[in-house]
This record gives sequence, C-alpha cells and structure tokens, in this order.
Amino acid sequence: MNNVLRLKAGLVHIAVRDSWTLIREAQGDLPSGPLLLPFTRWWSRQDRAVLAGERLSLDGVWLGPDDEVETLKPFLSVLPLIAVDFPSFRDGRGYSQAYLLRTRLDWTGELRAIGDVLRDQLSHMRQCGFDSFAVREDKTIEDALKGLAGVSVAYGRSVIEPRPLFRRR
Amino acid sequence: MYQYDEYDRALVFERVAQFRDQVQRFQSGDLSEEEFLPLRLQNGLYMQKHAYMLRVAIPYGTLSAEQMRTLASIARDYDRGYGHFTTRQNMQFNWIELAQVPDILERLAGVEMHAIQTSGNCVRNITTEAFAGVAADELLDPRPLAEILRQWSTINPEFLFLPRKFKIAICSAEQDRAAIQMHDIGLYLYRDDAGRRVLRVLVGGGLGRTPILGLQIREGLPWQHLLSYVEAVLRVYNRYGRRDNKYKARIKILVKALGIEAFSREVEQEWQHIKDGPAQLTEEEFQRVASAFVPPAYAKLSDTDLDFGSHLAQSPAFARWVSRNVQQHKIPGYVSAVLSTKPGISAPPGDVTTEQMNAVADWSQRFGFGEIRIAHEQNIVLPDVRKADLYALWCLACESGLGTANIGLLTDIIACPGGDFCALANAKSIPIAQAIQQRFDDLDYLHDLGEISLNISGCMNACGHHHIGNIGILGVDKNGSEWYQITLGGSQGKAAALGKVIGPSFSALQVPDVIEKIVSTFTDYRESDESFVQTLNRIGLEPFKERVYQREPSEVTL
Repeated sequence: MNNVLRLKAGLVHIAVRDSWTLIREAQGDLPSGPLLLPFTRWWSRQDRAVLAGERLSLDGVWLGPDDEVETLKPFLSVLPLIAVDFPSFRDGRGYSQAYLLRTRLDWTGELRAIGDVLRDQLSHMRQCGFDSFAVREDKTIEDALKGLAGVSVAYGRSVIEPRPLFRRR
Repeated sequence: MYQYDEYDRALVFERVAQFRDQVQRFQSGDLSEEEFLPLRLQNGLYMQKHAYMLRVAIPYGTLSAEQMRTLASIARDYDRGYGHFTTRQNMQFNWIELAQVPDILERLAGVEMHAIQTSGNCVRNITTEAFAGVAADELLDPRPLAEILRQWSTINPEFLFLPRKFKIAICSAEQDRAAIQMHDIGLYLYRDDAGRRVLRVLVGGGLGRTPILGLQIREGLPWQHLLSYVEAVLRVYNRYGRRDNKYKARIKILVKALGIEAFSREVEQEWQHIKDGPAQLTEEEFQRVASAFVPPAYAKLSDTDLDFGSHLAQSPAFARWVSRNVQQHKIPGYVSAVLSTKPGISAPPGDVTTEQMNAVADWSQRFGFGEIRIAHEQNIVLPDVRKADLYALWCLACESGLGTANIGLLTDIIACPGGDFCALANAKSIPIAQAIQQRFDDLDYLHDLGEISLNISGCMNACGHHHIGNIGILGVDKNGSEWYQITLGGSQGKAAALGKVIGPSFSALQVPDVIEKIVSTFTDYRESDESFVQTLNRIGLEPFKERVYQREPSEVTL
C-alpha cells in the first residue's frame, strides 16, 4: 500500500510504500506477498493451523462498514493487521468499529484506516484507536501528517485517553 | 452562567485556527467542495440561496450581556445589521462572506462562544427551556447537566459522522417548555422518591418528513450515568442507523424499524459494557459545573409592589403585556419577562437588529443580572426582572419594537426563514407569517382568542415545528409553485401531539382567509373560556374542515 502513516511508540513513521497489498475484490487472482483481504476471503485462504490459532496468518483482514467487528474475535491472536474501510469519509461507522476493536475486543495490533482517509479526520481516527492511516493516494502524506494532532482538548474519554477531561481537570 | 476555564478556551481558539486553515485550503483548491462541506457545516456554515449563513450556538439558550453585544457587533460588522434567533435557541447570520468567517469565530471565541456542531450529522446544540433556573414550577435546574452534555458532545471523535443530525434536549419543570418529545434524545430530570436526581430518557422523537414523538426508553436513570447512556444510544445509532437515504437516516427511523423494545435491548447491552467505567459522572464534576449556575444575589422583596400595582391599574396596555409576556419566578418580587420578536409587519419572526440586541444587553444589566435567554419560540427572555422595574422595561421595549404583548397568541408565530433565504425551502414562510399577523392585528381580539400557537415551516424539514403548532402551516411545492398545507391539533409540552392535515393545500393569498375561517369556527363553537386546543379536542376536525372547504354561495351551481 502507498501513502501510509504509522504511529509507533509515540513516533510517526511515513511509508511511501509498505509491504501490504490491499485486495478489495471478493474474487479473482491474488498476487503474492502479504495481502489485506475481506474477511471471507481471508478465512477461506487460511490453513487449519491458523484457524485453530496455532500459527500466525500471513494476511490481514479489512472490515467494511457493514461488517461486525465481533466476527474477528476468534482470530485476533493470529492476525497481523486489521484495517477498517471508509468508503466515504462521511460514513462514521468506522470510528465505532475502531473503538470496539480496541476496547471491547482488546485488539492491540496495528489498526489501519483505509479508503477515503483524509487529513481533517485523522485526529478523530487516532482518538478512536487507529494507529495506521492509508491516506488517499491523491493526497500528499506530508500534508496529511498535519492533521494527526487535531485540537488538543478532548472532553470525553477516548481510546487513547480513557479518562474523560472531568477526571483530569 | 458557565465560565470557560483554560481547557474550554483552548478548545474554541484552536478550533478557530483549524477552521481558518481549512478555509484557506478550500480557497486555494487543496480541499474540494465535497471535502470542505462537512468541515464548514460542523463550524456552523451553510450555503444558502444568496450567501453563506453562519449559525452561532447559544448553549441551552443562555447568553450574557457581553455575548449579546458581541452578536450585535457581528451583525453590524459582518452582516446587514440584524440576526435571526432560531427554534433551536441559536442565532443565524444570513449574509456572511466565507473569508470573514474565521474572524467572526475568533470574535465569538473571545466571549466564550462558538459555532461548533450547529450543523452537520453530529450532536447539535443542547437545548433546554428558556426559564431554566428561575421558573416557579421548576423541579431541578437542568443547566449543569446541559453544560456537561455540551462539553461531552463537542468534537466527540466517534460521533462526528453520524447517519444524520442528532438533537438532545433536557428539562425539569412541571411544564415541558423545551419540546422534549420531539428530540432524538429527550431528557426529563427529576428527583425520585429517595431524593436522588434521575432521568426519564426518551428516544426517537423528531419532526421533519416523518414526525414522531419520542418513546420512553428508560425511567429513573441515575444522573451519574447520563453520559454513558447517551454514548450507548449514539453507538447503536452510529452502527445501525440507515445511511442509504437521508430522509430515513434519523434515529427515529431506526427505533421504529427495530421497535422500542429491541432498540432498548441493544442500548442496554452496549451500556452494560461502559456504564461503570470512567465515563460515570462524579459529584465533583457536577458541583464544579453547578457552581456556575448558583442563583444570583436576589434582593429580599415583597411579592406585591405598589408602583407595579398602580401601573397595572392605570395602563391597560401594560396590564395586557403583563398578562401575556411575564412568567412566574421562583423568588418573590421577581418575574421573567418575555420580549416578543414577533411585532408583525415590521420584522420577520425571530429577527433582531443590532440596536435591539444592544438594547436588550443594556436592559439585562439594568433590570437583571446581565443574563439573557433565547426561547425555542424565538423570543428573548430576561429571566430576573423585579416587578418594580417591569413598567420601565415595558416602556423601553415598546420604543424598541420588542414590546408586543402577544406571547402565546396567534401572532406569536414560529417561522423558519423559508424560501426567502433557505436553499432547502419549497415555499416562503416570512410573507405568510406577516400576512397572518396583519390580518390579526387587533390586540384586543387576539387576547380574547387566548392561547393559539401557529407554526410555519417552508418545507418538510420542519424547522418551523409546524407539526406541533395548534395551527401548522407547511410550504409545499406543486409543479413549481408555492402551496400551503394546513394541520390542526398539534401541541407541545408533556401532552405533546402532532397536528393532522385538514385537506388540500392553499395558495399564499388564500392562507389568511383560511386562518380566519379556522379562528371563526373556534369562536363559534367555543364554550366559556375554552382554549383553541380544548375546543378542537372537544369538537374534532370536522367543523373546521366544513368551514374551510365550504363553497362560496356564488360558486354553488344549482
């Protein structure tokens, strides 16, 4: 994938190109290398050892806004990457999916926003638990970087600050 | 009033800087129209027919004198010398230049105001009744929880791109003056038998294309759980609310589709995960916020005032104003005074000039404690006026065009800006309101008629709340021309009801005659001092329909 921002231990890493290949189609030939797949496609490609939780999968899964995050519950220990798709940046379901993956399913691995990922929403995504952002490819990554911080005050609790402001004031 | 601390202040100023940058990027072409749209909406900026419109938040309708003067200065410096109070207790400026918006927002931030989330598919301004904290029939002051909700919902990252807009209102009095039942979440705050502050939670109310009154989802919710419960409702809505059709995207459609039982099970399940976590409100936080709403230093006064009494006796016009525009106060010797923004032909409902705003700010300090409220009926309230000062206030209000004695009467019309301004409207609202006000300009007659609410919306979106007017008027488009559909029997309050359509719609010219026929039906059938709604409920719609749709004798073919 191109144009990816990753947060790691408080630092931002810019990957103009990273090793993941995003597969949006539900059918068709697959390239080699680590793939980011829709869930059913990921599931049908895994061998028994992976599905039994005995070995890590080489491929990651992306969820669409209609997908239930709970589907991934049995496979969290073998997944190298989970991504959440924003078909449009105005579709806010991905924020709740991220919140649930982090707080309800306790996913601690990489959580990547894909799709219509734009500078002005990055801080909201970060607060909801995304730590990886595949910025839309027609946008420059250096410009998008400026959107990560957002407004410094958050009243409510969030994934990255579980205490609401009233407990910190 | 709530005072910002360094966090609140940092948030509004940083937000201004962020939006200034976004405006620049839009103007330089870095942001497309589509990308900029939700950003400007969430900063209160609409594109109307002729210009940009900026909607400034007035949290739960409360303003200081200084804030009112700032609104006045914005109207003078950036608009055409007036602003418009809305049915959601906000102020709209209709003639705004995009390039100046960041400066306007900065001026607002300087007096602890903003335009954040006054539009867009997010949680909007938290509203309550205009008499919060002072009403004689108040159970508890709703403002601390309203402010706590305002803060919680402001730039809450998970809920900025909901399926549709989301409105929350809270009230706590014997009477519901905040139209609670027509909100996405409506909250009634009260004390339970053990004396604890608890909430009755309603969900799925709303007007618009599919008007529905909210249904009770929870009784007796301890106030400490307010934020987690609202969060649970919003998360269920954000995940499962429809996004394929904007007319079916409000939470009311989801509640209706699932049924209130299934919907509340979903919410309950979600809430169980979060209710006892750090989101649970603390008594310390409640007290921190509540300390901003402690009652001002009221004087110990007698409830009767000699001068006031003699003015009442000597001036029938003053007495008439007092009978309509004054609300009972908790504290003896004080009342709340309502300044009508519905003078008739001289100004559209809700419109107030720079001079009027400055005058109101002055009066709020001279006759009160520097506080002003905006009612959802679009009128202005001075919450703490001594009875002894009412006559002086009334004289000044009359000179300024804010002294019309018509609160709750037929000419106290709620109207949206309509087709004169709004890009969504099917038809104009203001000329209809003014034609009716002109037809019924005899104050004696209006007072004899008693309480009748008349609400006008220029389109299905129902910003003029036509469904809950005793008489509702809805602008509709028929093959490119403007027509008006009439509903009867709507009402707000705890016994809220939605009006029923009486039949085929009318042209603008016919509307005043139709209203006159409706009113004459009422006066013909009225028993003793019944109100319009009481008569209507007793006799039903038929007599009104017969009168309105009867053929004129000349048209009858024999």
